[in-house]
Amino acid sequence: MLGYVIQRLIQAAIVMLAMSALVFVGVYAIGNPIDVLISPDATQDIREAAIRHYGLDLPLWQQYLAFLGRLLQGDLGRSFVLNMPVLDLVLSRLPATLELALASVLIGAFIGIPLGVYAGYRPDSVLSRAIMALSVLGFSVPTFWIGLILILTFAVNLGWLPAGDRGPTVEVLGVGWSFLTWEGLQFLALPALNLSLFKLAMMIRLSRAGTREVMLSDTVKFARAAGLSEYTILRRHVLRLISIPLVTVFGLEFGSTLAFAVVTETIFSWPGVGKLIIDSITSLDRPVMVGYLVLVAFLFVTINLVVDLTYALLDPRLRRGGRAA
Amino acid sequence: MSAPLLEVRDLRTHFFTRAGVVKAVEGVSFTLERGEILGLVGESGSGKTVTGFSLIGLVDPPGRIAGGSIRFDGRDLVGLPPGEMRAIRGKRIAMVFQDPAATLNPVMTIGTQMALAVQAHGGAGERAARDLAGRTLARVGIPDAAARLDAYPHEFSGGMRQRVAIAVALLHGPELIIADEPTTALDVSIQAQILAEMKQLARQSGTALIWISHDLATVSSLADRVLVMYAGRIVESGPVSAVLRAPLHPYTRGLLDSLPAMARPGEKLNQIPGSTPSLLSLPPGCPFAPRCPRATEACRTDPPVVTRPGRLALCHHPLEAAA
Repeated sequence: MLGYVIQRLIQAAIVMLAMSALVFVGVYAIGNPIDVLISPDATQDIREAAIRHYGLDLPLWQQYLAFLGRLLQGDLGRSFVLNMPVLDLVLSRLPATLELALASVLIGAFIGIPLGVYAGYRPDSVLSRAIMALSVLGFSVPTFWIGLILILTFAVNLGWLPAGDRGPTVEVLGVGWSFLTWEGLQFLALPALNLSLFKLAMMIRLSRAGTREVMLSDTVKFARAAGLSEYTILRRHVLRLISIPLVTVFGLEFGSTLAFAVVTETIFSWPGVGKLIIDSITSLDRPVMVGYLVLVAFLFVTINLVVDLTYALLDPRLRRGGRAA
Repeated sequence: MSAPLLEVRDLRTHFFTRAGVVKAVEGVSFTLERGEILGLVGESGSGKTVTGFSLIGLVDPPGRIAGGSIRFDGRDLVGLPPGEMRAIRGKRIAMVFQDPAATLNPVMTIGTQMALAVQAHGGAGERAARDLAGRTLARVGIPDAAARLDAYPHEFSGGMRQRVAIAVALLHGPELIIADEPTTALDVSIQAQILAEMKQLARQSGTALIWISHDLATVSSLADRVLVMYAGRIVESGPVSAVLRAPLHPYTRGLLDSLPAMARPGEKLNQIPGSTPSLLSLPPGCPFAPRCPRATEACRTDPPVVTRPGRLALCHHPLEAAA
């Protein structure tokens, strides 16, 4: 198991290195940040001083190495526009997105998996057909539209929930969280629900397909022959057997929601990182873009690592590299 | 004499498929005494496995029991509510399957799986369930059984896995175990071991055993009586020694002749010509007639039941026992 962890850690480090290079070169290719930073009527001297100050006169590879060196010390650079450390900037926004993304994948999993298992267990029942219809909706209706409808219904017409912003937060570990108070949860509810619909649909589909397959297996037949109740079979046997693809999707969805919750964050004015990256792209704030993308890559790699390690927990055959039956 | 443990009368299990009704089991009747070992023999598709699943109430849709009765200890299992059937499954009638690699849950320890099976019948505590599981594993000859409870199925060899599956069947001391080709997926040397141990376990505990197999040789070393199935019907039944020495039905004869042990070295193996008929379009009369060397015009009509002391056969032209 330890060897497996080390092997995965090395892989993760390589992915991070490649990703940082790609991001750096990719962002370098877009526009010249100096044009944005200094007013057009600045003198040539000021202009050149600024270029030197930001290290923009050096060759690309030197800039990259300098960036990498700072990165290894946890320094993502300073925002050109806001003149504050990128790390602080991103971290001030990240908790909001983190709890939003986590809430939405959790809603998707905790509602989607039971519904999907039921739909797979009783594929021909009316309820199952209704569940599948719901999942088609979740897949095909655009997020922004559902977001608007949610606001219209629950915030404007019914007045049950706030329509936007983050509301009050509670400080824990130096950052503010919404999910710790009832009021904060109310602010979280609509955007989280909005983001969760796609995940819900995905979880339903996956767990339904898995359940249908597993229900026909000899494992289930043998458990039935031993007299296990259908509920025990579903909860103890089937859920374990279908969990691997579910964990995969959970991880991927969590990662991509963290990185790309932009639309929902915009609709609900949720002060998360999605808005930050959009703002930094419009102002060509290169350090923020690069820093953000590197952080996102880091989050993805971390999530994937956790997912891989969870596989090994869930399936004992994966624990010893390749000695599977 | 007390009532038999199991009395199957005119059992019919049909599969209602889109292509038509597949009569996988069509009018099967037999009885089984307590502690008796019964061999159920036939080729693939003869209905032997479906018969086994019918007894335990686990026929998958679109199949269902279309008629007949299964009296187990005086109670008809056909049409029993699912809850009551579940209370019998695993507790009084247990089943062992063909491929232990497929039946055991690969992502759960043996101990957890066995504890679930224990707790399925009565609220034994976690501790008591594990104790029973450990003791039962030891009974089926798994060394260091208590420690092996925390192992996963892939950490066992094929033979050991099947022992675990047998232990699951034995947990509640059932009166009947249905074994569906439990040795087919195993090495030959392991097969013989498991066979001998199964027989011993059944005899020790007085458990009746229905051993489903395509292999007459296996059954001959194990069973008291044998049923030979063809196309969903029992074509011959009787004490195993008598049936093997002098079969009444030409199909049984064919099965015996095709055993490799019956051929001399270098000689071509005998085989029954043709293959099992499609159950969707059975010819009228005897289903074996198209493949039978003794078939005549008479075989176009339903074959009569031929009785000999302790034996039955379904044939127009039974082979006569030569003493």
